[in-house]
Amino acid sequence: MSATQQDVRFVQGNEACVRGALYAGLRFFAGYPITPSTEIAEHLAENLPKVGGTFVQMEDEIASMCAVCGASLAGSKSMTATSGPGFSLKQEAIGYAAMAEIPCVVVDVQRAGPSTGLATKVAQADVNQARWGTHGEHSIVTLTASTVQDMFAVTVEAFNIAEAYRTPVILLFDEVMGHMRERLVIPPAGELPVTERLRTAVKPGVNYHPYLPREDGRLPMSDYGDIHRYHVTGLYHDIWGFPTEQPEQVNKLVHHLVDKIEGRVHELARWKEFYLEDAENVLISYGSAARSARHLVETRRQKGHRVGLLELQTIWPFPKDLVREKTANAKNVFVVEMNMGQVMAQVKQAVDNPDHVYLVNRVDGTLVTPTDIGNVMRVIEGKGV
Amino acid sequence: MAFRDLIRERFFPHIWCPGCGHGTVLNSLLHVVDKMGLDPTSMCMVSGIGCSARISGYVNFHTMHTMHGRALPCATGIKLAKPQLNMIVPMGDGDAMAIGGNHFIHACRRNIDMTAIVLNNRIYGMTGGQYSPLSGRGVLATTAPYRSIDDDFDAVALAQGAGATFVARTTAFHVKELSKILTKAIQHKGFSVVEVMVQCPTYFGRKNKMGGAVQLLEYYRDNTAPLGSKKLEENQNLIPRGIFVERERPEYCEEYQNVIALAEGKE
Amino acid sequence: MERYRFLLSGSGGQGVITMAILLAETAALEENLTAVQSQSYGPEARGGATRSDVIISDSEIFFPKVLQPNILVALTEEASSKYLPLIRPGGLCLYDCDLVKPNPRVDAEQIGIPMYKNVLAKLGKAVAFNICVLGALTTLTGIVKLSSLEKVVERRFAKAHFASNQEALRLGEELAQPYMAQV
Repeated sequence: MSATQQDVRFVQGNEACVRGALYAGLRFFAGYPITPSTEIAEHLAENLPKVGGTFVQMEDEIASMCAVCGASLAGSKSMTATSGPGFSLKQEAIGYAAMAEIPCVVVDVQRAGPSTGLATKVAQADVNQARWGTHGEHSIVTLTASTVQDMFAVTVEAFNIAEAYRTPVILLFDEVMGHMRERLVIPPAGELPVTERLRTAVKPGVNYHPYLPREDGRLPMSDYGDIHRYHVTGLYHDIWGFPTEQPEQVNKLVHHLVDKIEGRVHELARWKEFYLEDAENVLISYGSAARSARHLVETRRQKGHRVGLLELQTIWPFPKDLVREKTANAKNVFVVEMNMGQVMAQVKQAVDNPDHVYLVNRVDGTLVTPTDIGNVMRVIEGKGV
Repeated sequence: MAFRDLIRERFFPHIWCPGCGHGTVLNSLLHVVDKMGLDPTSMCMVSGIGCSARISGYVNFHTMHTMHGRALPCATGIKLAKPQLNMIVPMGDGDAMAIGGNHFIHACRRNIDMTAIVLNNRIYGMTGGQYSPLSGRGVLATTAPYRSIDDDFDAVALAQGAGATFVARTTAFHVKELSKILTKAIQHKGFSVVEVMVQCPTYFGRKNKMGGAVQLLEYYRDNTAPLGSKKLEENQNLIPRGIFVERERPEYCEEYQNVIALAEGKE
Repeated sequence: MERYRFLLSGSGGQGVITMAILLAETAALEENLTAVQSQSYGPEARGGATRSDVIISDSEIFFPKVLQPNILVALTEEASSKYLPLIRPGGLCLYDCDLVKPNPRVDAEQIGIPMYKNVLAKLGKAVAFNICVLGALTTLTGIVKLSSLEKVVERRFAKAHFASNQEALRLGEELAQPYMAQV
């Protein structure tokens, strides 16, 4: 720590995520070693027991995600972290958490795939997997960040959303963000809001219905081990948590699972914007790719070009209205990402003129560069490369 | 304690077929919990998927009906977060030994304090009678119409080899023995495995022309013998029953308390 | 200030990455500058050429990788032949003249200092080699103060190693002094 009173550190993005999780009250982590997310497990193995929390290295990614579900039901704020193939393995229990409405945070430090792909190289190709990786109809929240400081902040936010809406939240980072070091200022406790779990006020001896929403739609929880004993299942269930195949109840639950998130798009949208007011060319990006986009925007603005950046920190639920509004006056929209256009497809659906949406990508395991972006823009502007 | 407080009457009747052995295990378990005077709010049952997994719906404990094969890692998360809970983890043979096989051996190795009950009916019942890793060579099943060529696991030997500190086997016929063993398993500090051979008249019995529930129970009576018995000594083909392993080894949650103490001392 | 783009390279075990972290941390936490450090991971990070990038600036840094360094440190011949061609025209290359041969065809100020030999002779062991290189690099570039670097070194390592690390830093400074006119 530096001489000042502030807690200032020079750390990797992965450690910033750990610090954010601890700030938010993480008390249980289960994981399995996998590059490029392993540092998260290593830092938590050291730091969780210091606050009386539990770190466990499970036998595989499946078990890690299951243990997270269990620990969360027992009352602990819980998280796991993974990359690439591990994210695929976790999908089964992510679906369970979505169905049983278990608050938890899943970090995916993206690397190039499919399969083992490039274990140590960057990609952003898990965007759609974050949304649709597990089977069946559901919705999910996915956040991302482009600085070490923001990784801290969105991690805190991820726990807040998970606890408030009883949902798994995916933190979709990438290799570049996970491994790069930058200055991190950890705010004093209380400066950033931390949402605590809503627990039931139902008294002993009175029936507690774990899946009966309150007026405001929220479901108060009861920790395993407390007075209320109830059932949790991955099957469609009634207000008691007991399996049901009643079409009416099944239908109601599907809508509840989707609406509780899709109905809060505006509330959940986090973004940053730079020079959008008069921008003719709007870049849309996220994660490490947004750093390259910002670099280009700053350099071009110095030359008087009317170019701006919309950096998305919430990817799911996709903030359609926001994208539409922010690009309303743009001649061209360039989506900068390291995949074959996963966010671009969403942007095309959001805007009035999808023909003016272009993809600037890189899928070779290296960070997309400002030059890559500039080249595509020149071509579209009719200036050649 | 009101015995009725241990079950969720509103969820009965149960889904099991007439003659199924799972009810016998449920009955025995409830009597054991009652007799031991365990506070139901201290009880947590975690199950996977399959016929056996439905037990968790009927007991009035903290219950989690999870995914196929995943009961043990889910239970591990609960236990580590709330070590004071008494964990009971019923699993089917496919649940525990096939899709959950890796979780099973690692739970044994960790020696985390919980009681795993393997309800071994040698068949996948919920999906309609496919062979399992405990069916054994020569068994008929919907996925083994020409008889199974797969050798089976010995669940007891597997648990023993993987490091479980309490390992026992009994059957749905031997109900008194079952209760005695379950009592000891729950009392045991560490990872306990109890294999209970249960009858599935609907699929296993019918497919293999072994008769209904009564005939299958008679089969367990006639083809098993207690460990150390003369009967077993005289006939090596009988399946041994009883407690195979009962030993002490550091328990995982207690060990983690030591990690916390070390970590807290460090800063 | 101009933007400093460092590419630090050598072989696994020489402490190249530690060197990069110390340099960047000093800039970010002690000198109120902006710094970003990154490194290549994976099989190539074990043995072979190790590389770590550091960018230091007084304004925000966006693109975090170094494509063309203006300051290169090369501690093996392999690293030098791989990365010297990337250097910006007129950039600075610091190398160990007992481990690396200069390449006069490349347009860069190439400064070869016998750091490894001196560390062995004066400190009796090679462990503090990277700290000595950092001392020389800091002296030549002036990007951070040696005293600030010393603070970070003190904080990062066990107390027992501080004296020898301090000595290594001073040794690097001393060895670099004669070349100050060249940079």
